[in-house]
Amino acid sequence: MKMDKTVETTRLERFLDSDVWYSFKNSPIAIIALLITVIFLLSAAFAPLVAPHNPFDLASIDLMDSSLPPVWMEEGDPRFLLGTDDQGRDIFSTIIYGARVSLLVGFASVIFSMVVGITLGLISGYAGGRVDAFIMRVADIQLSFPAILIALLVDGVARGVVPNEMHEQLAVYVLIFAIGISGWVQYARTVRGSTLVEKNKEYVQAAQVIGIRSGTILRRHVLPNVMGPVMVIATIHLAIAVITEATLSFLGVGVPPTTPSLGTLIRIGNEYLFSGEWWITIFPGAALVILVLAVNLLGDWLRDAMNPKLR
Amino acid sequence: MNLLDINNLEIEFPSRRGTVKAVKDVTLTVRRGEVLGVVGESGAGKSTIGNAVIGLLEPPGRVSGGKVYLKGEQINNLSLENMRKIRGRRIGMIFQDPLTSLDPLQTIEQQLVETIDLHLKLGEAKSRERAIELLEQVGIPNPAERIKHYPHQFSGGMRQRVVIALALCAEPEVIIADEPTTALDVSIQAQILDLMRKLCKERQVGMLIITHDMGVIADITDRVAVMYRGDLVEEGTTAKILGDPDHPYTKSLISAVPRPDVRLKRFPMVNYIEKEEDRKKDFDISTHWLGKARDFKAVDGPMIEVKDLVMKFVAKSAFFKKNQKMFTAVDNVSFDVKQGEVFGLVGESGSGKSTVARMISGLYTPASGSIFFGGDELTKIKSQKEMDYYRRQMQMIFQDPFSSLNGRMRVLDIVAEPIRFHKMTKNNAETEGIVMDLLEHVGLGRQAALRYPHEFSGGQRQRISIARALATRPRFLICDEPTSALDVSIQAQILNLLKDLQEELGLTMLFISHDLPVIRQMCDRVGVMKMGQMVEVAETEALFKTPQAPYTQELLSLMPKLDKLSHSGLEVEQE
Amino acid sequence: MVSFLLKRLLQSIIVMLTVALIAFSMFQFVGDPINNMVGQDTTQVERDALKEKLGLNDPFIVQFGRFAWNAAQGDFGVSYKYKTPVSDLIFERMPATLELAFVSAILALVLGIPLGVYTALKRNGWLSKVIMTTSLVGVSLPTFLTGILLILFFGVILRWLPTFGRGDVVEIGSWATGFLTVSGLQSLILPSFTLALFQLTLIMRLVRAEMLEVLRTDFVKFAKARGLPDRSVHFKHALKNTLVPVITITGLQLGSLIAFAIITESVFQWPGMGLLFIQAVADVDIPIMAAYLVLIAFFFVLINMIVDILYYAVDPRLRSSDG
Repeated sequence: MKMDKTVETTRLERFLDSDVWYSFKNSPIAIIALLITVIFLLSAAFAPLVAPHNPFDLASIDLMDSSLPPVWMEEGDPRFLLGTDDQGRDIFSTIIYGARVSLLVGFASVIFSMVVGITLGLISGYAGGRVDAFIMRVADIQLSFPAILIALLVDGVARGVVPNEMHEQLAVYVLIFAIGISGWVQYARTVRGSTLVEKNKEYVQAAQVIGIRSGTILRRHVLPNVMGPVMVIATIHLAIAVITEATLSFLGVGVPPTTPSLGTLIRIGNEYLFSGEWWITIFPGAALVILVLAVNLLGDWLRDAMNPKLR
Repeated sequence: MNLLDINNLEIEFPSRRGTVKAVKDVTLTVRRGEVLGVVGESGAGKSTIGNAVIGLLEPPGRVSGGKVYLKGEQINNLSLENMRKIRGRRIGMIFQDPLTSLDPLQTIEQQLVETIDLHLKLGEAKSRERAIELLEQVGIPNPAERIKHYPHQFSGGMRQRVVIALALCAEPEVIIADEPTTALDVSIQAQILDLMRKLCKERQVGMLIITHDMGVIADITDRVAVMYRGDLVEEGTTAKILGDPDHPYTKSLISAVPRPDVRLKRFPMVNYIEKEEDRKKDFDISTHWLGKARDFKAVDGPMIEVKDLVMKFVAKSAFFKKNQKMFTAVDNVSFDVKQGEVFGLVGESGSGKSTVARMISGLYTPASGSIFFGGDELTKIKSQKEMDYYRRQMQMIFQDPFSSLNGRMRVLDIVAEPIRFHKMTKNNAETEGIVMDLLEHVGLGRQAALRYPHEFSGGQRQRISIARALATRPRFLICDEPTSALDVSIQAQILNLLKDLQEELGLTMLFISHDLPVIRQMCDRVGVMKMGQMVEVAETEALFKTPQAPYTQELLSLMPKLDKLSHSGLEVEQE
Repeated sequence: MVSFLLKRLLQSIIVMLTVALIAFSMFQFVGDPINNMVGQDTTQVERDALKEKLGLNDPFIVQFGRFAWNAAQGDFGVSYKYKTPVSDLIFERMPATLELAFVSAILALVLGIPLGVYTALKRNGWLSKVIMTTSLVGVSLPTFLTGILLILFFGVILRWLPTFGRGDVVEIGSWATGFLTVSGLQSLILPSFTLALFQLTLIMRLVRAEMLEVLRTDFVKFAKARGLPDRSVHFKHALKNTLVPVITITGLQLGSLIAFAIITESVFQWPGMGLLFIQAVADVDIPIMAAYLVLIAFFFVLINMIVDILYYAVDPRLRSSDG
């Protein structure tokens, strides 16, 4: 049967006509923020191609190049745009590789939190009763503790449980788990709230009257309609995850030193701050702030764009 | 001199899709001691006028032309501070929802005294005295005591009285009331309208009432202005506009109002506003998909039988089960619905009528009692699979056109969902064919299939809901206030559609409404519910002409007096 | 009112017990307590005897009961590393953390709430936009980085303020306070501001968002329609309604300051509980970790109770539902 193509509203058309796209086009900040984020993502993904040096290839670094200031200062070397650290590693390259680790851990944690949080939120909101009460109690208790603390605890416990040889291999996974587990509550709460609202909407009741089973209703009807706020939370959560990872690495309990993230770099550089070699800390610090700021700006814009009441 | 003069008012709303003119060249006057009604359907611009007069137009809206005079002085060009001085003191305003109009954290006393003292400068003690007097005038019992209460401690009707007191406390000359009774029950509505009319005459204020409800217009207005999409279409005395309108829009609007005093064969087609697609009516029901032999077994006796149905909700939850307080929403209700008939359930909010519908459709499980469908006891069925057989035969249409469709699904998928779930066709092409057919059948046309719900109006969305409900060729249809959220003219179209479909397909229907005139038009037999109990069951005409139960009599007496409305264009059903 | 309090008390006890259980489990499953307590030369026989003496062969429930009972009295055993009672270690350092958290909390509230109100009322003004942008930067700066930058700027470059430690303290009973000395107060400035910054921006944004919501409600519209002056509408009606939901969240946030102090204490070498905790994590010193966990839970439960009581006192709708 031939559909009349002229009156089909494709998904693309819907998006282009939407208020979200309109708001984006007209918000220079959002565009810049997205650009910055994309640049970071791409350089992180293609690190070996983008970075001028590989700072972790022990053969390529030379102690003679250590502690060189950035290129625009006296004694700077054009090979090392932002200077080198005490081991002779190029700061610019370490930042790119560091950002890669930071973003990897950040994204993975967010996805973990999202999956756990959305599932629990859907179940909690839809099932109600005891199940809901239980899940929300657990959430409340966990909310009493800031993410940092939970991440630290999980990390600490893992450190004690995992045999020493496996420490380094598993450290990243433990970290992702720790940050992830500390973040699911926000998703669960929001999704639960939205689910409660949608549950009472008549299209859900219509599906129930047809006879459709709960699982399908959740998947086909409720989930697409609660994803909006989740996207906003996920963006902001990415920023928080990156900060949390950086904090943990700074404190020495994050990623292992062999795969340094931006936080690790800052920690290393901190020791040289007072002796005047400020660039070792400041540039990774700036990179971290710019990345997080860009993501936050995106999240902020997204929240405003999706809120019809603010227009 | 007129109290309020609105001359050639123009209001526009700039938006990203261009500037929308919400009000175009409207001229109105309100005189002392007179009630002017501004009536129109949604989008007419009537509320916008009210907001503009009192200077509370929501940005980005702005007055782009015209002038407003209060007792000869121009007010639309005043500074913000001067306009503020007029608000409350010379122009009072009443909004629709009494629940959200009052500050929940302050007592009534604080809110009243604050306003009285501000405008009349009486000092706290004297202001308090005046406040208590006012509460008495608006009919609040024990005012000296109740003044210390918070808003949530008052019922809806009482709260609206407090709101009226607040609007009147500074002795304004003009009152603007924006849908003042829409959020209230019918019985309370009558009281509030009486109160407003009384106060208006006593104090000789001018009142501007904005509403979509013809009953309110017939009840308390002296003159009426009819608005349509920003234009002032007609104006005159209430008797003239209602009884002998000139403009075609007004004529069709009046004819679309459901009448309590006569039963019509059909509502006259209101094509001024939304043109309906031509419905394909040339099909033979016995060979058409909707009428083909289904696997439903034949039924002797009533289609639906309900016996001693009880439903309880938790009113106050407690840690221990014994301390929980339960609220009985449905209290031993019994009735039956015969094959092919339209049975109406009528009652005010909280009467339990919707709860009964939800129990029959399986959304709620009754606390006790039984439901029979064609002789089979539904309440005994445990397995979902068994229930599916019955679900195919029984479908439901809901009240709110905006939340009864999943905004993220295409119309095609929405209507096809039940067909696909019950696996009623062999392949996708067949399903699509049936859906297209259904869409034509309900007057939407095939092109609707690939669109999304937000592209349609309220009335059109109800048609999609109806198509979805018919998809499984049900025998029994539950309609839960299907037109309560629609404009009067659209309501007429949808009710006609439902009537036609019921006749064509021989559907048995349970029709729920709080609107007695609508019940009279649609139903063969009626059950009246009050606070969870079935008070009376009778044939429709018998119920309306000779009601037996005192509550029914009371309800009927509270129906809006629409006898002033013109009967032209109506096809009355002969006995 | 009474039943409300009882319910909350019951919930609090359940929370504390759950946390205690988690803390206790750490003891059971992470490492071997005996190993951590004795030297390498201790024979197996001596170890077994020690195990028996410490009651480590008793069933789980009994051990847990003992742990919980001891914990309730403040006894968390002995630190693996320092070999001194944990409670001593913690109480010695508690004043430092609490003073820091207290000052930061005040800062965050005193600055955050008014800024939030201002940016809500003057939504489109240029100053609001500047404040909002700055706040975004504030939320994007990890606490440790803020600390480092402040140290660099005020400590190293300008040399105005001390960059580590607490300065001189005065002992009042067993509480060593830094409030009473100049150097103590000076040392407090940078760390408290660092700690407060994140919370400040969060509170400000929250207050702003809530206030914007409230300004859109019907009763605000009705208040304006009655001719009430803006000052009255904004501060008497809108602000009160804004603060009610803000109280809960603010309370929780302030509680988390105590935990966030961990980072600040690390950067500034502030001798508080947080620093102790970080070391414990690195050393897998379970007794300290467990004690810290339970203590934090206690503070949270306490703050939650206070917040709930406040909420109850402020919102009349909650009161009547009991009556």
